Amino acid sequence: MSISRRAGRRGPRRFTRRDLAVLGVLLGIPILLDVFIVWGPTLASIALSFTSWDGIGDIRWVGTQNYENLFTNYPQFWPAARHNLLWLAFLGLVATPFGLLLAVLIDRGVRFSRFYQSTLYMPVVLSLAVVGFIAQLIFSRDQGALNAILGDTEKPTDWLGDPDLNIWMILLAAAWRHTGYVMILYLAGLKAVDASLKEAAAIDGASEAQTFFRVVFPTLRPVNVIVGVITVIEALRAFDIVYAVNKGRNGLELLSVLVTDNIIGEASRIGFGSAIAVVLLLVSMGFVVTYLVQEIRGEKNR
Amino acid sequence: MTLDTAPAPAAAPAAAAPPRKRVLRPGRLGVHAFLMAVSLAFLAPLLLAVYASLRPYDETSEHGYFSLPKKLSFDYYQQAFSDSGMMKYFINTLIIAVPGVLLTLFFASFVAFAVSRLRMRGSIVLLMLFTAGNLLPQQVIVTPLYVLFNRIPLPYWMSDSMTMFDSFWAVIAVQVGFQIGFCVFVLANFMRTLPQEILEAAIVDGASVWTQYWRITLPLCRPALAALGTLQFTWMYNDFLWALVFISDGDKLPITSALNNLRGQFFTDYNLLAAGSVIVALPTLIVFLLLQRHFIAGLTLGSTKG
Repeated sequence: MSISRRAGRRGPRRFTRRDLAVLGVLLGIPILLDVFIVWGPTLASIALSFTSWDGIGDIRWVGTQNYENLFTNYPQFWPAARHNLLWLAFLGLVATPFGLLLAVLIDRGVRFSRFYQSTLYMPVVLSLAVVGFIAQLIFSRDQGALNAILGDTEKPTDWLGDPDLNIWMILLAAAWRHTGYVMILYLAGLKAVDASLKEAAAIDGASEAQTFFRVVFPTLRPVNVIVGVITVIEALRAFDIVYAVNKGRNGLELLSVLVTDNIIGEASRIGFGSAIAVVLLLVSMGFVVTYLVQEIRGEKNR
Repeated sequence: MTLDTAPAPAAAPAAAAPPRKRVLRPGRLGVHAFLMAVSLAFLAPLLLAVYASLRPYDETSEHGYFSLPKKLSFDYYQQAFSDSGMMKYFINTLIIAVPGVLLTLFFASFVAFAVSRLRMRGSIVLLMLFTAGNLLPQQVIVTPLYVLFNRIPLPYWMSDSMTMFDSFWAVIAVQVGFQIGFCVFVLANFMRTLPQEILEAAIVDGASVWTQYWRITLPLCRPALAALGTLQFTWMYNDFLWALVFISDGDKLPITSALNNLRGQFFTDYNLLAAGSVIVALPTLIVFLLLQRHFIAGLTLGSTKG
């Protein structure tokens, strides 16, 4: 990081020696932290994914063997990848639009809007682990609330135990939290929309739906981008909730669970776990880079 | 981007349309019915958890959760506190989250200040370095950190495991390192909205970089810092993964991760589990209800610019 000292309007020396020391320390520490905690380990993960390291012995280079194993003879991999994509699709196509709908309805200034808002985003403050436990109260087979409502005591459905069903129940629980989050972001965005735009559209005879889709929605672009990024990140990071329910087994496999299992499990397969992490990284990087490109453009236009 | 994005007081919508006579049209009624139904559906799981936690296990196992209570008591709460020592886990959480939040805000605000207020070359690169870092999935960095922390020795007075692994230091370091990114992004955006003139006047008066940051910029950022502090506290409180991976001694776990460990004790007693969940959820719910404005402002600070 070089600090420009060219002679500007403010005189030849912008920073004194003391200023440079302050900058050096207070920028240095966070940069070091960021490198040590975030970027260094990211690069290390990529490097380790080409080794067969167990965390103790020698680090042995094995080329792409981990990846070959991962794709061809690790039975949990493809179900986990599918679940992550399903998670992304569900949050993106169901929970996010639902959050937008709620935001639009509340933003129209209905009565009790404050009550609705508070209730709808209350789940956002809960940890996903707690959401996982609450899900068990509702979906458990013998005493769960859902089976009590449905009244099928003869042949109760095992909502969380049935590997064909449980991912959907967990998605509902995850969406419970995600919807509120999305709604807050859109509410903030909608409040920032210039009211005269809507008035102008109304004067031109646009219907409410037309006004929303043609006028309001396009101005929400920055919020859309943030919501998109959050949706993707949440879907790829998903971990707590399935881990709280059944440690991510029996139909609830996720890539993040496989990484964790491989490193803190009994067999510490660091190299193999890293390969799974790199797959996760590659998928998220696609989205993150798109987002950053847009940010940098915005930055330059400031 | 302003802090006004927090929800307007309930009076605002009513005040906006006083001249027209309020007629309850069917459309409006439909909206209310819909919103009310959704709200109740959102509240129901929490209410159910509270209800279940107040009833003895035998009763619900015999009659199900949807039955009228014969007996309500706080027995499970008492049990959760006395048998499993939840107080200890709360303290662990505070040991991690309080320094975590303060350090994150301090470092992030300085970086944000440098990036947005000082004319430095490379500030975009710096901003991107931090922002992008926060977007990576945690599992990507977890493995090397696990290995690294196992190899960093600490003196006994800092960690009884003699390494960074299995100590609070590891979790604090990761929380700070990871969350700085988000805070830098939000605070840099916020600081850009502050008037440049104040800073320029100070520079003319010969204010040092530290003075410009600590005495001039930071006080103006108080609302943003309050919002971020609230948000960060709930995030660090809710963290599950870091402590699960970096702490192996069950007695050192923070409350959210400890709940998972306690489940062994809870076996099939879902009512005790419900009480545990309510206990864990209560602090964030209280923070939310008291500091709602800050909390929401924190979430939306970074999202609406301009």
